[in-house]
Amino acid sequence: MGSDDGFIEIVDVTKAFGPADRRVFALGGVTATIRRGEFFTLLGPSGCGKTTLLRLIAGFELPTSGEIRLDGQEIGHLPPFRRPVNTVFQNYALFPHMTVAENIGFGLEMLDKPRAEIASTVARMLALVKMSDLAGRRTDQLSGGQQQRVALARALAPQPKVLLLDEPLSALDLKLRKEMQVELKRIQHETGITFIFVTHDQEEALTMSDRIAVMEKGHILQIGSPTEIYNAPAARFVADFIGDINFIEGEVVSCGDGRAEVRLPSGPLLSAHAGQPVSGRVTLAIRPEKIGLRAAGDGTAQLSGRITNLVYFGSGTNVHVDAGIGADIVARTTTPGVAIGDRVGLDLPFADLSVLAE
Amino acid sequence: MSTPDTHAQADAALRAAIRQREREAFRNRWLLLAPGVGLIACVGLLPLALTMIYSFLEPGTYGGVTWTFSTGAYEQFLFERDLFDETLLTFNPSYVIIFARSIFLALVATVGTLLVGYPTAYFIATRPRESRNLWLFLITLPFWTNLLIRTYAMLLIIRDEGLINAVLMGVGVVEQPVGILYTDFAVFLGLIYSFLPFMVLPVYASLEKLDFRLVEAAYDLYATRWRVLRRVIIPATRPGIVAGCILVFIPGLGAYITPELLGGGKKLMIGNMIALQFGTARNWPFGSAAALILMAMVVLMLVFLMRRGGRQVGHG
Repeated sequence: MGSDDGFIEIVDVTKAFGPADRRVFALGGVTATIRRGEFFTLLGPSGCGKTTLLRLIAGFELPTSGEIRLDGQEIGHLPPFRRPVNTVFQNYALFPHMTVAENIGFGLEMLDKPRAEIASTVARMLALVKMSDLAGRRTDQLSGGQQQRVALARALAPQPKVLLLDEPLSALDLKLRKEMQVELKRIQHETGITFIFVTHDQEEALTMSDRIAVMEKGHILQIGSPTEIYNAPAARFVADFIGDINFIEGEVVSCGDGRAEVRLPSGPLLSAHAGQPVSGRVTLAIRPEKIGLRAAGDGTAQLSGRITNLVYFGSGTNVHVDAGIGADIVARTTTPGVAIGDRVGLDLPFADLSVLAE
Repeated sequence: MSTPDTHAQADAALRAAIRQREREAFRNRWLLLAPGVGLIACVGLLPLALTMIYSFLEPGTYGGVTWTFSTGAYEQFLFERDLFDETLLTFNPSYVIIFARSIFLALVATVGTLLVGYPTAYFIATRPRESRNLWLFLITLPFWTNLLIRTYAMLLIIRDEGLINAVLMGVGVVEQPVGILYTDFAVFLGLIYSFLPFMVLPVYASLEKLDFRLVEAAYDLYATRWRVLRRVIIPATRPGIVAGCILVFIPGLGAYITPELLGGGKKLMIGNMIALQFGTARNWPFGSAAALILMAMVVLMLVFLMRRGGRQVGHG
């Protein structure tokens, strides 16, 4: 048995497609550790390799190099039907010639379980996904949300060690998607199965995951809890991909004790926290909601400028300020009380202003 | 004011225009259908009606028919008239045997084309999209040559002095040529060869539509390769299999050239038997009756297959 910390270990896995002279690497050396029972999300734009990584864990593709271990056992080269791993497919891939119950029982049947056990597990799974009254239906008579539930029940029925979910909510409308997000969390909690969830929707990733791996161009850029990913993005791509953020370019004047003093081209000096020593030209990042709006000339404001635009979005207003650093800085507030053209001061707290690794 | 009046007029005009349009649409539909319906009536229904009428007449001495009503042709199919007592009928199984043999050979040929054709279709359906058309083209290539010529070519290969026996004897596997030609096996080979495309094409069409993610889902749910084939791929492509089997079985049942040339005409099949009645045997009514019995059997089988197919879809 592997330790709880390293339930699934992905060690330096690469995957290349195409003929030898024109290989394209979908994954270029990915290493990650997934804990037992956690909701782990692979997040990234399309083409970042997240689905390829999922298919490698499922066994639909074999790695070009590297190892995938599950519970201490190397599974990277086993066919899919020898891995205790099941998948919920993006298009659900329900068998059209079988009923809901037959679909859910398929995995158990292939494992040659006794009929009585199959029947009782199917009934339990139907109850888990709240589909008990539709057991005899054919799958093409179901709505998208119902198909989604059947696909989930079918993948859970054989009690896999790991459940893989390939953008399972992307085909649902917004309201249903929100419902299913809550449902999925509940089911994961009830079953205690490790979930690996693939999505390109950063909001979905933040709300559902215990930990997130942000991927780009075949590499994992950062692995962390939603709070870590959101508050302390390790790379510019991560910061940009998740939520809204302001980037401020500048030159490091001094650095020490996790604190960097950065001079902007327009003159002002900003204090930012830096995980590691930095020097030269750097990018600072800060979330709009972390920026404090001050009256013009207020002593606590490090920057000041003129409001160029106000964008109301229901729960707040984005205040666009031209502070003379090139792009507008966006600050978020719930109590604007300002108008376009007003001069305001901007407070950029040290704790929320981070230096990004390029 | 004249407003209600104008309204009524406009209404009437509109209704007239709609009626006019409907009449035109109706006429156009029939004009479009006319050539097809005409053709089917002339070369399909009319000869069929003639065949039906002929089957209830008596044979003329030099071929043709004499216009006397008789069910003799149908009786002849099952019974033999006693030479001395015209009213005495004894059961004669020879035609039933010919039918049974034909059905058996057609069935074996259907199973054979399925066994050869399904993997072929699967192979083509799993090629990259660009190369599939080339493979399909190669499958249909034999159609460029007349069936008669292809069958002769086959005859040349399997006869005692042919390629197969030459190779077998050359290598020293056999001393004497293996007699393949003029056996049921030769007919079977010939039928498989000539009907293979009719199996490959419909099976390919349904395999091409198969969502291969279903195959992945089955693998994921612990199905081994054989079970994926049996539980997912074959059920999902059943319409193609049924269509292919029908397309092979029906012409196989009535095959004429292949059994004539490769079977040596020694053992009659339905097609040859019917041809014989219109030729040497000069018994047109019996030939007509045999053709109608064959057709009735085919229709019954199709109805059975379609009802079964429908039930399977209904029950999932």
